[in-house]
Amino acid sequence: MAKIKGAIVVDINGCKGCELCITACPTEVIFLSDDVNVKGYHYAYMANPDVCTGCSNCAIICPDGVITVYRKKIS
Amino acid sequence: MEEFVLMKGNEAIAEAAIRAGTDGYFGYPITPQSEVIEYLAAAKPHERTGMVLLQAESEVAAINMLYGGAGAGKKVMTSSSSPGISLMQEGISYIAGSELPCLLVNVVRGGPGLGTIQPSQSDYFQSTKGGGHGDYNLIVLAPASVQEMADFVSLGYDLAFKYRNPVMIQTDGALGQMMEKVKFKPQQPRSKKSPDWATTGKTPDRERIIITSLDLDPSRQERFNEKLQVKYRTIKENEVRYEKIQCDDAEYLFVAYGTSSRICQKSMQMAREEGIKVGLFRPITLWPFPYNEIREMAGQVEGMLSVEMSAGQMVEDVRLAVEATVKVDHYGRMGGIIPSSEEIVEALKQKIIGG
Amino acid sequence: MAENAITTKELIKKENLVYQKTKLLTDDVMHYCPGCGHGTTHRLIAEIIEEMGIQSEIIGVAPVGCSVLMYNYMNIDMQEAAHGRAPAVATGIKRLLPEKYVFTYQGDGDLAAIGTAETIHACNRGENITIIFINNGIYGMTGGQMAPTTLVGMKSSTTPYGREVSQMGNPIKMTDLVANLPGTYFVSRQSVHTPGNVRKTKKAIRKAFEYQALNKGTCFVEVVSNCPSGWKMTPLESNKWLAENMLPFYPLGDMKVPEQ
Repeated sequence: MAKIKGAIVVDINGCKGCELCITACPTEVIFLSDDVNVKGYHYAYMANPDVCTGCSNCAIICPDGVITVYRKKIS
Repeated sequence: MEEFVLMKGNEAIAEAAIRAGTDGYFGYPITPQSEVIEYLAAAKPHERTGMVLLQAESEVAAINMLYGGAGAGKKVMTSSSSPGISLMQEGISYIAGSELPCLLVNVVRGGPGLGTIQPSQSDYFQSTKGGGHGDYNLIVLAPASVQEMADFVSLGYDLAFKYRNPVMIQTDGALGQMMEKVKFKPQQPRSKKSPDWATTGKTPDRERIIITSLDLDPSRQERFNEKLQVKYRTIKENEVRYEKIQCDDAEYLFVAYGTSSRICQKSMQMAREEGIKVGLFRPITLWPFPYNEIREMAGQVEGMLSVEMSAGQMVEDVRLAVEATVKVDHYGRMGGIIPSSEEIVEALKQKIIGG
Repeated sequence: MAENAITTKELIKKENLVYQKTKLLTDDVMHYCPGCGHGTTHRLIAEIIEEMGIQSEIIGVAPVGCSVLMYNYMNIDMQEAAHGRAPAVATGIKRLLPEKYVFTYQGDGDLAAIGTAETIHACNRGENITIIFINNGIYGMTGGQMAPTTLVGMKSSTTPYGREVSQMGNPIKMTDLVANLPGTYFVSRQSVHTPGNVRKTKKAIRKAFEYQALNKGTCFVEVVSNCPSGWKMTPLESNKWLAENMLPFYPLGDMKVPEQ
């Protein structure tokens, strides 16, 4: 069975920590970091990379366009 | 060869607008200048040159349509009368603040408020001292004949594009409604190209263009204002226009523009028949104002009478010009009353010669 | 079955790229508060312009309000309009550059209060422009005052005890109004509070741009959005509040579609 594997890259210093991506993610991949970025925001990061499907929901809801999504079908 | 035609001043502005290659006229009817848009509607400018004509829902909308069209690099104009021009002031300030060219026509009527529909010159302060908010100036042309009403349209566009600044033709209901002979310039083609500062769609070969008057950074906003002031100084140095009539031997001087200057010509003739040597200084550009040229006259004459259809507005600039070296007074009528030649001569005698 | 494990590092390659910020947005970090729907809607417009390949053919008009600086983020030619006058400015541009795409982007104060006349008349004339209307029921930029679209009972800094109809009148449904005008061709109300809604909004805005080329009239898309700061909520709370309170009064969907 083919498996979809995904990954995201967050532009850390563009992230404002609004958390919309966290609720948009169907597989609970994203969490807010304990660290803060240059603007002082806790930023989103890929906490559970193993379950990311690359569905892009996080990037689509992101008001600041800081999420880049990669996806690959693995057979 | 173009022939003379007999035409109202308002109509002459409209015909001249088509011939000057205007791209768009946006306006809202108001007495005493509705003939401008009516003439344009009847003249089918779209068939003649492709010119756009649109009756807007308000003066507020009209001036902002000008902003959009001017930002696209096009030759755009509107016409209105005093209350309508007041409504446009916000947009005019934005146009000046965004350094866009456009042509505004104010066929002045008496105010304040709704006032009257009769001619007046009581918008001088509004036209020449800014009008809207912020430090800006309009270039203000004051025609005194139907011929000048026509000629100042293309002159107005030339100045507007040369300096990227709004230009106003300030006239009044008398000149707008008056019929005189006028000779038009041949049809100018509409420009096919937009200037390089215009928003026409960002192509790969250039950066995006933003038309705005906003800058939240005070130091940048101050630098922009300084740049504007440099431009205004250049205009003051190069664009002062005026006419001197029988000033060579003058011992007294009328200072008057537009309709008032025409009446003063008759007053001058009557005074000279009585042996009073009076000349007429007619500012053609109300801004930039001919301060230096009037100051020069101060060395020659014994007194100046600023004749305006207002409570006395231009007289302040005349006083500034002469710097108290010579007596200056004002004579005017308000509320749409046009002074007679006789009363002006009488005022000269009482306020300047005998005073 | 063998482990088909692939590391994240191996995934992050150009050939696997499925979503990235469009080049039609500049690198400037938007000034909007965290979670604000303006950013999302800006991005959708930029993506559509890129996908349609019309960067050189489009001129945008920015409003006054929170999105006054929209032109800093869009890599296209734009004009900044006076408060409420964007439809008039767009009319001037479109009439003189009829072959170009022209759009306005306006908030509820700009479009539905101070600019009501310009909105109604541009739509009634059927100007061939696209109007994007962000409705978050509050004045964000000036600090959370009542908007014409503020819901009955909704708190704002000028209605601290809630909007009272007897004093402040009713919220206005501008999109319903313009849908009734003969000059509009496509009118839709969408939102950006879930990924699914963002996708629907993108489709609606894309149609509103594509239809412009037909010269059939004004295309108008309302985007019901949030204002976490003005509503005094977290971004997540604001989107929940939007779904529970804004959407019953401002229901989503196409309100006027071209006749087949």
